Amino acid sequence: MLEEEEMRVVYSRVLQEMAREDERIVVLDADLMKPNGIVPFGNEFPERTFDVGVAEANMMGIAAGLSNEGLIPFATTFTPFASRRSFDQFFISNAYAGLNVKAVGTDPGLTAELNGGTHMGFEDVGMMRMVPGCTVVEPADNEALRQLLPQVASEYGPAYVRLVRKKTHKVFDDQTSLVLGRACMLRDGGDVTLICTGIMVQPTLDAASRLASKGVAARVLNIHTVKPIDEEAILAAARDTGALVSVENHNVVNGLGSAIADVLSVSRPTPLRKIGVQDRFGEVGMMDYLLKAFNMTAEDIEAAALEAMRLRDG
Amino acid sequence: MGTTEAKAKEIRVNIIEMIGDLGIGHIGGCLSLAELLAVLYYEVMQVDPANPRWEGRDRLVCSKGHAGPALYAVLAMKGYFPRENLFTLNRSGTNYPSHCDRVRTPGIDMTTGSLGQGLSAAVGMAAGLKVKKNPATVYCIIGDGESQEGQIWEAAMFAAAQRLDNLVAFTDYNRMQIDGTTDEINSLDPLDERWSAFGWNVYGVDGHDVAELRQAIRAAKVTSGKPSMIVMNTIKGRGASFSEGKLGSHNMSVTKEMAAEAIAALQ
Repeated sequence: MLEEEEMRVVYSRVLQEMAREDERIVVLDADLMKPNGIVPFGNEFPERTFDVGVAEANMMGIAAGLSNEGLIPFATTFTPFASRRSFDQFFISNAYAGLNVKAVGTDPGLTAELNGGTHMGFEDVGMMRMVPGCTVVEPADNEALRQLLPQVASEYGPAYVRLVRKKTHKVFDDQTSLVLGRACMLRDGGDVTLICTGIMVQPTLDAASRLASKGVAARVLNIHTVKPIDEEAILAAARDTGALVSVENHNVVNGLGSAIADVLSVSRPTPLRKIGVQDRFGEVGMMDYLLKAFNMTAEDIEAAALEAMRLRDG
Repeated sequence: MGTTEAKAKEIRVNIIEMIGDLGIGHIGGCLSLAELLAVLYYEVMQVDPANPRWEGRDRLVCSKGHAGPALYAVLAMKGYFPRENLFTLNRSGTNYPSHCDRVRTPGIDMTTGSLGQGLSAAVGMAAGLKVKKNPATVYCIIGDGESQEGQIWEAAMFAAAQRLDNLVAFTDYNRMQIDGTTDEINSLDPLDERWSAFGWNVYGVDGHDVAELRQAIRAAKVTSGKPSMIVMNTIKGRGASFSEGKLGSHNMSVTKEMAAEAIAALQ
């Protein structure tokens, strides 16, 4: 089921709610306030809103300066510009400087759709994972965003949040409690574990249903915090099922799958198949086409699960 | 010699002694800042060395982060930390690295070293002070070679658009960079006109003349609605014969003997 509201609407609302309670919250953008849905924040808090124009590196540096004055900046722009375009500024002026900037990248990966390869960030999570002490978060739906964004704000240190602008599938109800750094089990099962993030949660749940119809009980874990990653949940899944699949809207190089492999290879070597972008560039297209073109459909996830189980069973 | 000139000389002595003790360092771009730092720390900036993060203080961002030793020299004189700490410069485990580090060094307001970034941070700090209705001033020192970075001009544009009159920047215009003179590599002229065109209130001064610096900073501080740029015509490596006006002074070897000789000549 699709959400009733676009995620960007919820993003602005949550920022406004936080800003009413905490006068340190400030928002920056680089000429994408309208596409990112944060005009309402700017209208309510004009003095705490900085649209710097088309200058992302400058935005990230200014955010560091605002943080240096004790404010909590959310520097927002499209995914490739929040990471690639302004990476050294995020790395040095923010993280290395011990500051507290929250970079927010929207339209991640395939969701850039018709903006195509120039706007499809498949490497942002990998880059941000490499920043010492940086928290990396990708909420799967509006409820996850509502719960996780205040946690990101209240934890001091650099953070990167990856947000869809449009409507996602609804995953969580308000009875679920999400905690930064803790995986959330969406479905239990003992045969194989599918670990997914962001927009890939729904195709992964679909794959689990397909597997169930074939008698395969798949556990589904949502990892919304790619760093620090929930090692305990990953190792428990490895112990309980012995076969894993990672599913991400990102290059399989240095994304969620790699983060999981980092945990497994050190503590409990376990067969892992990685669904995601297989080290290639993006292209224009709508989501249905792109998921097929990049082999990221529920069928692909199902096949990867069976392959991981074959690897386990020798 | 006035008191501030004497402080500038003491800053120079500290820089030369510190880098001479270590044997190598960015001495050229440190020595060219001595008069400016003397004026800022002994005449202009409201600071509290016992409370380096005092909310009411004026801030300084040294965007040309390799001038860290020049700042350490004056911070030690002001009592932020004992003078002997200067001689841990760049040694294992030090809190006094070659490039400015706000986490490690008391009195350093911003981490810099990746050139071009400090002005954006200073703009953010000036904007942040306005959000907090804090009347303090942010000072920012930019290198001339550093001004070849595009980010400097992104920050310049936005500072003027935001009318950040609580921001006063300086360019250390010694006309030398690592690979040659700025004119040979990528000329900055007309630097003053470029800053004016970006909407800044601009002054040109002899960066080694305390009176000119003092006057320009005073004028900048009472300017409203615009950030100010004080272009300081300086001489790289000023005050030591082995470095003054020499291209090789950007990051050079300095022996204890060279240092002692230069200090004796200064005094």
